[in-house]
Amino acid sequence: MAGKTLFDKIWESHIVREEPDGTTLLYIDRQLVHEVTSPQAFEGLKLAGRKPRRPAATLAVPDHNVPTTDRKLPIVDQVSAKQIRTLEENCRDFGITFFGMDDIRQGVVHVIGPEQGFTLPGTTIVCGDSHTSTHGAFGALAFGIGTSEVEHVLATQCLVQKRPKTMEVRVEGTLSDRCSAKDIILAIIGKIGTAGGTGYVIEYTGSAIRALSMEGRMTLCNMSIEGGARAGLVAPDEKTIAYVKGRPLTPQGELFERAMKAWQSLKTDPDARYDVVVTLRAEEIAPQVSWGTSPGMVLGVDQKVPDPQTITDTKTKSATERALTYMGLSPNTPITDIKIDKVFIGSCTNSRIEDLRLAASLAKGRKVAATVHAMVVPGSGLVKQQAEAEGLDRVFRDAGFEWREAGCSMCLAMNADVLQPGERCASTSNRNFEGRQGAGGRTHLVSPAMAVAAAIEGHFVDIRHWS
Amino acid sequence: MEPFTILTGLVAPLDQINVDTDQIIPKQFLKTIKRTGLREGLFFDWRKKKDGSPDPDFFLNQPRYQSASILLTRDNFGCGSSREHAPWALLDQGFRCIIAPSFADIFYNNCFQNGVLPVVLKADEVLALMKHALATEGYRLTVDLAKQTVTAPENIVYRFEIDPFRKDCLYRGLDSIGLTLQHEQAIAAYEARRKTEAPWLFGDVRA
Repeated sequence: MAGKTLFDKIWESHIVREEPDGTTLLYIDRQLVHEVTSPQAFEGLKLAGRKPRRPAATLAVPDHNVPTTDRKLPIVDQVSAKQIRTLEENCRDFGITFFGMDDIRQGVVHVIGPEQGFTLPGTTIVCGDSHTSTHGAFGALAFGIGTSEVEHVLATQCLVQKRPKTMEVRVEGTLSDRCSAKDIILAIIGKIGTAGGTGYVIEYTGSAIRALSMEGRMTLCNMSIEGGARAGLVAPDEKTIAYVKGRPLTPQGELFERAMKAWQSLKTDPDARYDVVVTLRAEEIAPQVSWGTSPGMVLGVDQKVPDPQTITDTKTKSATERALTYMGLSPNTPITDIKIDKVFIGSCTNSRIEDLRLAASLAKGRKVAATVHAMVVPGSGLVKQQAEAEGLDRVFRDAGFEWREAGCSMCLAMNADVLQPGERCASTSNRNFEGRQGAGGRTHLVSPAMAVAAAIEGHFVDIRHWS
Repeated sequence: MEPFTILTGLVAPLDQINVDTDQIIPKQFLKTIKRTGLREGLFFDWRKKKDGSPDPDFFLNQPRYQSASILLTRDNFGCGSSREHAPWALLDQGFRCIIAPSFADIFYNNCFQNGVLPVVLKADEVLALMKHALATEGYRLTVDLAKQTVTAPENIVYRFEIDPFRKDCLYRGLDSIGLTLQHEQAIAAYEARRKTEAPWLFGDVRA
């Protein structure tokens, strides 16, 4: 009998029952809830007279729609304020733990899950947010769901799922200086395309993945969805266990010892087979910059913007033409010639303490270009507190960056942090869709290091050679 | 949920790949706490010209597509954000069926939760239908869920695949939570077993 993949092991340990066609009732260990995709789910429960099955397995926090300015001031946007208040009321009514805006533990849902030890290896985790894939960094099967499914999990602690296929993405070798997990995942998406992972769960393997910190692995798994895969996984190792140990919601004492033993077996067997295998060499990955309106429209910083005239496939050609028009870019423009107006360092992709430390180390003693407006939005209140304890906020402020409160902010621009039409932003977030950061706004996805360098120079630079 | 059996309806063609859910419904419409009335947000940015006036070229602004109930589009429709507001807005506009060569996973699932049938046809079949729908005013298709067919007026019948379980739920308009709750015993038995296997998963996050 062939061995099992990491995915197989997690999936099979969560099967409650199966339909004849393979449709599975899958047990969900944990659910994260935020203000935007939950009100209709709670309303559904109320209308049907249902109660959450395990409120103790659910954690709620407002993040998408919160201001990142002074928390002592009331929220100006009354509709946003009502949505946040509704989450708080629903949590109170249903007995669900809620980290409010005045709680130091508040932050982006995918930052606080790991931070609190809510995210554990071998678990199934869902959230009404596509970037739930982030938690796969811990060897948890974590994926985004719609609001109806949020309600389904609240009511039953289960989900009806079709078993996905498995894809191994193996990255061997050593990254170039100043390249990071963000460059790896953007290069992967550039290679497999935005639908390349549709129907698959990706397991990331290889020496370059092993070498990543937990923060790096979260960045990597976070953007699995941009490659079409609902979930990404990295097998737990000693880094995972060291990260998890001692956090508020992590099991303690003897229970932790038992859990740790179980987590050590969470890896793909040597004789297991994936449905698809993709390989990359870390040395070949340049710092990545997206040039278009889909995360797959991405290139190394040493490349030029594509020329539709050289593309033969008609649908790719028309998509390229449309993207260039939207982005206000001419074919064959060197990426390093692209000037930017704004810089956003933040989001569930890149707002953890390691991201901020790296960004601050590059910003230190430098000044943001006069033509650029730059902001740093920490992923959580605790990340912000830690950064301030290390003096990173000073470094950013001295360099001319704004230092904000925690939230999703300009990643999706649901709050007041919005690009104006035509503004061009170097962003450490995850989506460059038309209008994502504001109607008419133009987003280039980059790593935190690339974002800082762009802020200082006013245009993209190849950080491998930046002094 | 309204059952889906047979639908004969007007086709609206959106000839574009990778239409993401941010385009289907932009963020400002996500502040609602309701799932109704989202039609005004559907393709909000694409409906307008730069000066804010309605773009007469955009397909949903054209009178010929006003009563459309079938959306015909290209690869990877519904990619990006998990927002269920996307199928809610499409449904609010009157779409009960979406035909494309491929869909993003979360969007595909969300459709079934709302009585909307996503139909996957081959790329060349979609291309053929797209040509007809663009060229022929009043172009209608018949989608038969039981038979798993799409019938075109040229008397061509296209067959599509769908999971039997999903098909049954959609065909009968079943409440999926109610269905899962029928397996209460199986869920309780699973929990009891897991509590001995992996007791650390049953801690109380409220503690």
